[in-house]
Amino acid sequence: MRLEYFQMIDRVVSLDGDAIVVESRVPEASPVFEGHFPGHPLVPGVLLVETMAQASGWLILGRNGFARMPFLMTVKEAKFRSFVGPDAPLDVTARISHEGSGYTVTEARLTSRGKRIAEAEILLRSMPFPNPELEAAMRANAARIGLPGYGA
Amino acid sequence: MAAETSPTFDRVADIIAENSEVARDSITPDSHVTEDLGIDSLDFLDIVFAIDKAFGIKVPVEKWTQEVNAGEKPADHYFVMKNLAARIDELVAAKAG
Repeated sequence: MRLEYFQMIDRVVSLDGDAIVVESRVPEASPVFEGHFPGHPLVPGVLLVETMAQASGWLILGRNGFARMPFLMTVKEAKFRSFVGPDAPLDVTARISHEGSGYTVTEARLTSRGKRIAEAEILLRSMPFPNPELEAAMRANAARIGLPGYGA
Repeated sequence: MAAETSPTFDRVADIIAENSEVARDSITPDSHVTEDLGIDSLDFLDIVFAIDKAFGIKVPVEKWTQEVNAGEKPADHYFVMKNLAARIDELVAAKAG
């Protein structure tokens, strides 16, 4: 996990039908912690949402075979139940609750050492890749995190 | 200026009012979803999701948009409220049938 690069996912644990499980470890140090908060480092809630959104995005890409790029559109019912600090292991699950025309809704949940950290309902709109560079970068990232079918 | 409505129209109008800043009273059967009500693409996506859930269907927005863009169907056929309600009724009937 590299917070300042929005690289939120370390590894795909499983991708099974309409659900994905991924894991990450919060870095021990990051410039993000210098501001959030001085002397009391916590992963910002927006980055926990981003982590759940990225897990949902990999789920969609794994299912659609990189036919389209999912973009975050709506976050509903987001809850932050506990704080997350440096070096914390994170487990994220995302499950498709509805697949619409050009969009997908997931129920995502983030835990650390079995403790509930955050959850949200996330709506992503799938659109054609805007350019080949993004698709290539996403495929490279898929190999990095071991997305089934796209691992290195 | 009483206009004829249907249960589907009423439900869709409620959904639009709940998922956008459009006042329920301003939604009529002749309202165009984007041109008259000013619903943007993000609100429209939330509305479609709510319609999908409420009616147990999958509104084929992408197919509709393609047909409109290709000139095969006028936009009013899908995006004027009374017609949108009719299309939803067709989708519900097709699913049940």
